Formats: sequence, C-alpha cells, structure tokens
Amino acid sequence: MTMQAASTEIASRTAAIIDEMKGLEGPLLPILHSIQEEFGHVPKDALPVIADGLNLSRAEVHGVVSFYHDFRAHPAGRHVLKLCQAEACQSMGSDAVAAKVKQLLGIDFHETTRDGSVTLEPVYCLGLCACSPSAMLDGEVIGRLDDEKIEEIVAEVRS
Amino acid sequence: MIPRIYIPADSGALALGAEKVAKAIEAELKERGVEAKIVRNGSRGAYFLEPMVEVATAEGRVAYGPVKPSDVKSLFDSGFLKGGHHKRWLGAPDKIPFFAKQTRLTFARCGINDPLSLDAYKSLGGLRGLQNAVAMAPADVVKQVTESGLRGRGGAGFPTGIKWKTVLDTAGEQKYIVCNADEGDSATFADRMIMEGDPFVLIEGMAIAGIATGATKGFVYIRSEYPHAVATMNKAVAIARKAGVLGPSVLGSPNAFDMEIRVGAGAYVCGEETSLLNSLEGKRGVVRAKPPLPAIQGLFGKPTVINNVISLASVPIIMDKGAAYYKDFGMGRSRGTIPIQIAGNVKQGGLFETAFGLTLGEIVDDIGGGTASGRPVKAVQVGGPLGAYFPRALFDTPFDYEEFAKRDGLIGHAGITVFDDSADMMKQARFAMEFCAIESCGKCTPCRIGSTRGVEVLDKLAAGIEPEKNLALVTDLCNTMKFGSLCALGGFTPYPVMSSITHFPDDFKPAPARVAAE
Repeated sequence: MTMQAASTEIASRTAAIIDEMKGLEGPLLPILHSIQEEFGHVPKDALPVIADGLNLSRAEVHGVVSFYHDFRAHPAGRHVLKLCQAEACQSMGSDAVAAKVKQLLGIDFHETTRDGSVTLEPVYCLGLCACSPSAMLDGEVIGRLDDEKIEEIVAEVRS
Repeated sequence: MIPRIYIPADSGALALGAEKVAKAIEAELKERGVEAKIVRNGSRGAYFLEPMVEVATAEGRVAYGPVKPSDVKSLFDSGFLKGGHHKRWLGAPDKIPFFAKQTRLTFARCGINDPLSLDAYKSLGGLRGLQNAVAMAPADVVKQVTESGLRGRGGAGFPTGIKWKTVLDTAGEQKYIVCNADEGDSATFADRMIMEGDPFVLIEGMAIAGIATGATKGFVYIRSEYPHAVATMNKAVAIARKAGVLGPSVLGSPNAFDMEIRVGAGAYVCGEETSLLNSLEGKRGVVRAKPPLPAIQGLFGKPTVINNVISLASVPIIMDKGAAYYKDFGMGRSRGTIPIQIAGNVKQGGLFETAFGLTLGEIVDDIGGGTASGRPVKAVQVGGPLGAYFPRALFDTPFDYEEFAKRDGLIGHAGITVFDDSADMMKQARFAMEFCAIESCGKCTPCRIGSTRGVEVLDKLAAGIEPEKNLALVTDLCNTMKFGSLCALGGFTPYPVMSSITHFPDDFKPAPARVAAE
C-alpha cells in the first residue's frame, strides 16, 4: 500500500517534478499527472509547492485539482477497477454488472474495500462501445463482461 | 519467406483477449519450432470479429476471427499459416461483407499494418498529401480543404476550410493547431482507432494544418481514458520527428512544425473546444464565451485551429487526391465519408466508414445486423450522450447533418448506440440529465442548475407525482437549457430528454398506466 510520505519529502519530490516540467507551455496538468503517478494521489502538501513554483495562488491550484475527476486527494486501493456506465454499456446491462460487482466487493462506487485491495469507480466511456459492457482494471481493458469475467476480476483483485 | 501473422493490439481487440491469443500463438510457434513474424497491427474495426488474426499468404491476406486462445492449436493443425480452412476462417479481409461495403478514405490504412512503421505508412500512400502541401502556397492548401466540403467531424459540422482561413488571415507571431482527441461520447471510438491504428495520418493532417495556417506548434489533447492511444501517439510523434516529418524543416521544406501529446484528466466537458483550450493552458476546464473565436484568440490567446481527430485525419487524402475526389462522395451539404460507429446492443458492432447518405435503418439493421440480444430494436441514440433517441419510425432518416437536424436530432461524432425493447426511456432521459449534472463545468446556470432540477423533476414523474405538471415542467426546462446554455453540454442535453418524451410517451406515463399499456 502507498505509504503517506512525510510532508518535507512530498515538497522536495514535488519541486523536482516542477523543475523538470516547468518549461512546458501550460505545465499544470502534466505536473499534476506526474505528481499523481509519483504519490498515487495529489497530496495536499504538494499544492503550495506547485503554487509557488508556477506563480499561481493556492486557490487557483486547488481549483484546478478539484475540477478534474482523475486527481485523487487520497491514495487509491492496490487495484483500481473502473466500470463503464455510459449509454452503449447501459444498452448491454452495465447496471446489472455494477450491481453484481458492488455486491461481491461490498463497496459502492468511489469507495475502497476495507483491506485496501481495490477502489471501484464509474467511468463514462472507455471507447470500447462495440465490446460492451466494458471495464478497465489497472489500465488493462476488458470487454463483453459476463458473470465469469466479473468473478475472475473480483478474484484477481482480492488475491 | 517467413510467414507473417497479424494480431491487433488495438485496445478494443485487447479487451476481447488479443493479448492472450498472441501469447498462445507465440507459444505454439515455439513448440512446433516454426518460424514466423508476429506483427501487432491496429484494428480494422469489425469488433464482432475481434480478435481478428490475419496471415500473409502468397495469395494475399487471410483472416480468422474471432479467435480464442483455445482455437490456436487447431488453427495450426489446419495450416492457417498458409490460409488453410478452419471454423474461424473468414477469407480475404477485403471480401468480408462488413469491409467490402465500406468506402475507406480516412481509415484506408487503419488496422492493416504496424501502426508505428513509417515505411508501411508511406507504402500505402502516406505523406503524399503533406508532400503536396509543402509545395503549395498556404492559401491554396486552405482553398483545397474548403473545396473538399470537409466539415468538422467532432459534431458541430463547421466547415474546416473556413476555420483554417480565419486563422491564416489573422496575424500572429505564434499560432497553434490543437487536435481535440477528448472523445468522450459513448458509442464513439473512431478517434481512438485512428490514434492506435494509424497515428501518422493524424500527425500528417496536423502538419498540413500548420503549413496552411502558419502555425508551428500543435497539441493533441487525448482523454486519460485512452492510455493505449496516448502511448502510440507519443511513440509516433518521436518517430515522425526523427524522420523529419516534424521539426524545424518539415519534409525538408522551410516550414517548421512540431507537436506535443497532452493528456486530459477525466472531464467530459473538455471535449468542448474552449474548455479544452483552458485545460491545455492548465486551468479549470471551464467553457469560454464566444466570441472571441478560438481562430482569433485561442490557446494562450493566440490564433488557433482546433479540430477533431477525424477532421484532421481526413485532410491527408484530400491533399493527396484532391478536393473533387473527396467531395464526390456524400449527399447535400454533407460531403465525403463519415466513420459511423455502431455500438451498444448490436450484433455486428464496429466502425463503418461510408459516404454520407445511408439511412439509419440500413446502418442498424443491414450493417449492424440488429440487436445482439436478438430482441427488437426499440431506440437508437445517434451522436453520443447529447444526441437524440430515434425510434424505428425514423429509420428512413439519411445519415446527413441537415437531415438529422430536420428531425430534431444530430449526427454528432457519428456514434450510434442500439437499445433493444428492454430499454426504459424515462431512465435514459434521467441519465442524460444526471450525466450533465456530473459533467457540467458550472459556468452557466441553465446547465449547472437545470440538469440537477431535471433529475429531480424526472424522479417525480417516475414516482407518479403530478405527471402532467411535471412533464410540462421538464419540457420548459429543456427549452431553457437548449437556448440558455453557453455550450453544447447544457444546450444539447435536451435532445436525448425531449426525443425520449416525444417518441416514447408510454415510458413517461405514471407506473400504473405503464403497466396497463404493456
């Protein structure tokens, strides 16, 4: 599990990322992606460092981080399972898929299992609309979800 | 000659097990001591046949699909390396009806070869458009694109050449080409397929746009839900730069053009062009009021061409074969071809590129083969989450920007989601409002508040509370959202809602009446 890094360490690692990417045109989103990759989330302690580094107010940085669904305030579970809930998947029963996964994992969307093994999230389209219902497990795409595949996924994240 | 086996690495094919098939084929080759070269191509787009494995034989390619890892042993036993017969045998890919009926211009190369082989790209006509463009005056390039009749494939359908002309005519030390690859609409995957299956065509299109307008820098803004496309595009840009397709001297000409790949962060609204520009600048993805047009004050306040992936990827063939060639396809004011994406509850789902003008019924019934569930089609949503739901009664509508508009619909990014008769249209209408509420950028009131009120009113309707009054209320609300919203998110959410109410009134009757009606 990702350990919460100490705030001084967060500051120094964040500063290194900023130094590396500051020269980009419009560097904030690439910086935030790198920070999330580094820490597994965007730690609160990183925000003032970004604000300083890019000459923005803390409020502006907070505004950007909180606008986008991707940026997490807390670390996710060891696995992240995203279930597509958009129309094409709806037409193939994504509601029932979600209900089954929630029941098997004992959590709702936007929640992490108590043992920290998996975070469950809805996603609105993975571009796999001719292979519905679809999901993404830790960046791996899965199409035509059925009971068997759902059980495989749940077993994998639980192991 | 060492046999070549093509196994798609397109994410749709991967989602259906292409990686496991590739591993099984590798293992089988090793076990049998057979030498063969495995090429990971993109997808040709027939997802009902994926993973579709192809073998190059003396008589041309032979396809097999959908291949399961458990088929691999028997494929080798049947001599598939020489095109032998097998239950998964499909024959020559070009002869498979789903492909034979298409007119592939933009997707001419997609899925045929290794997407990162620039030599393969050139061998199938790649870079000819750019070569022509570097030898022309910018105004002539713009003229050719204008004359082709190409309209924005992102959904708005604005003439691409006119946009380019505005940027060309606007003075500026720095101009930008921005490619909108934030393909968030459900039922659409054309952008993803091009970026994963033929990335150089997009790079070529952007370089042509740069030369035509005097822009030297490009950005592709790809949604984070497409990690495979991001990876392929990054590699392709590096290859193109090394080969001199991008850089200070494009194909040895005095024109400079380079580009960067940027990744979105999960906001649907960033598919709206002004919100995308804000996001690229590192701001909240909030919509900007227009005017000023992005063509005049776009990215960082500079003149900017912002086009969808498919618009830009259609430019190379126009510059290669000429405006008239492209314009010859299509109907009315919808010229050229359109990659229709057939999705959802459909038997033969996938990407079908064709000239404008097929009817909705031909697309859904003949090409799509009806529903996957085998039940009757109840509704099809055309144009993504902001598109209207059409009933069978409107299946004679030709696929054309104006024809769809006449029937209170839109073709959008040309995605079609098929629903069978188990669909509850009240639920779909509610989802449209809910989605708008989740994804609203919050800048304008009709969208921000209207969508939340819309969910509440539809919930009351579902609960049978004052149905007539609430139906009138939601209709009025849709009217406000349609005409009062700043962008298409709030402005078009009424399409799925109102089309559901108009075409499927039974689904909006209070519960007891609905039971009686069934």
